[in-house]
Amino acid sequence: MLKLKFILPFIIFSLLVVLLFVGLSNDPRKVPSPLVGKPTPGFELPQLKDPSKSFNPDMLKGKVWLLNIWASWCSGCRVEHPILNELAKRKMLTMVGFNYKDTNDDATKWLAQFGNPYDVVATDQDGSVGFDYGVYGVPETFFIDKKGIIRYKHIGPVSYKDLTEKLIPLIKQLKAET
Amino acid sequence: MRSFITLLFLSLVQINFVLAQVEFRTFKNTEQERQYNVLIDELRCLVCQNQNLKDSNSDLAKDMRNKVFSMLSDGKNKDDIVEHMVARYGDFVLYKPPFKSITLLLWIGPLLFFVIAFVSVVRIVKSRNQDEVTTKLSEAEHQRAEALLNPSDKNKDKTA
Repeated sequence: MLKLKFILPFIIFSLLVVLLFVGLSNDPRKVPSPLVGKPTPGFELPQLKDPSKSFNPDMLKGKVWLLNIWASWCSGCRVEHPILNELAKRKMLTMVGFNYKDTNDDATKWLAQFGNPYDVVATDQDGSVGFDYGVYGVPETFFIDKKGIIRYKHIGPVSYKDLTEKLIPLIKQLKAET
Repeated sequence: MRSFITLLFLSLVQINFVLAQVEFRTFKNTEQERQYNVLIDELRCLVCQNQNLKDSNSDLAKDMRNKVFSMLSDGKNKDDIVEHMVARYGDFVLYKPPFKSITLLLWIGPLLFFVIAFVSVVRIVKSRNQDEVTTKLSEAEHQRAEALLNPSDKNKDKTA
C-alpha cells in the first residue's frame, strides 16, 4: 500500500506526459469536418471552360469522385498540384476542381501553366458554396462515394505519401463498393 | 530628438488609422444588434483559431460575419445560426463546446480534479490528527520529558 502511494504520482505524471505529447503531435489546423458521412451539399455552379454550362454534384451519382478546392492565389495548391496531376494520370476516378474565390482568367492561366488534372472545374467566385462545404483554408479535398456521400476530407496539400498510403487505398475501397 | 519622438508618435497614429477597418451594419432594432454581437463573440474563426469572429480580420471571418448578419436579417434566431455554422464547420466553431460524450472530460475534468484534491486533503489532515493521538504521552513519560528539558527546576509543577 505504501509502495502504491509513491508510485501513483509517477503513474499519473506519465499518463499526463503521454496525453500532452499526443496533443502536441496533433495538428490543430485540421478540424474534423462534420460533413464526412453526409451527402454532398447540393449546388449549381458555372464551369470554368464554358461558364454557360453548369456543374452540379448529382451529375456524378454512381461514380467515385473527388472535389478538390483550389485557387490560383493559394500557395499550398501549387505544392499539391503535381500530385494531383499524377493521380489524374492513373485515371482512377473523376476529378472535379472547385475554383474558390478566384477569377476565371487567373484560374485558366494557372491551369495552363501547371497542367490540368481536372475532368471539370466548377467556379465559386464569391465563396458561397465553399461556405456550405465548410471550406476554411484551401487546399481541401473531399472524396465522394457512388451514393454521393462524402467519405473523407483531406485538409491541406496532398503529399505523395498521403496519395500512396491513404488516398489510393481509399479510392480503391470506394470503387469496390456497390 | 524631441521632434523625432513626435514624428515616431505621429507615424504610429498613422498606422492605426490605416489598420482600423470599420464594418457598417444597419440593424432593424437593438435586439438584433445585441444578438449579432453575442454571436460574433461566441463563434470562432477557423483560420485564426484563437480569435472569435469579432476579433478576426481574416477573409473567412468577414464571410462568416456577413453570413451571421444576413441570417439575422432574414429573421433567423440564434439557435438556427449556430446550427447552420456547426453543420458546416463542426463543434470547433463554438467557443463554448457542447456537453456530449466526447467533451465530457472537458466539462467535468476541473470538478473531477477538485474532488480528487479535496479528498486527498481531507485524508492527509485526518491521518495527521491520528498521528497526534497516538503520540500522546503518558503521565510518567510526560514527567520524564519535563525533567530532561528543564533539569534545573525538577520539582516545579509536576502535574502540568
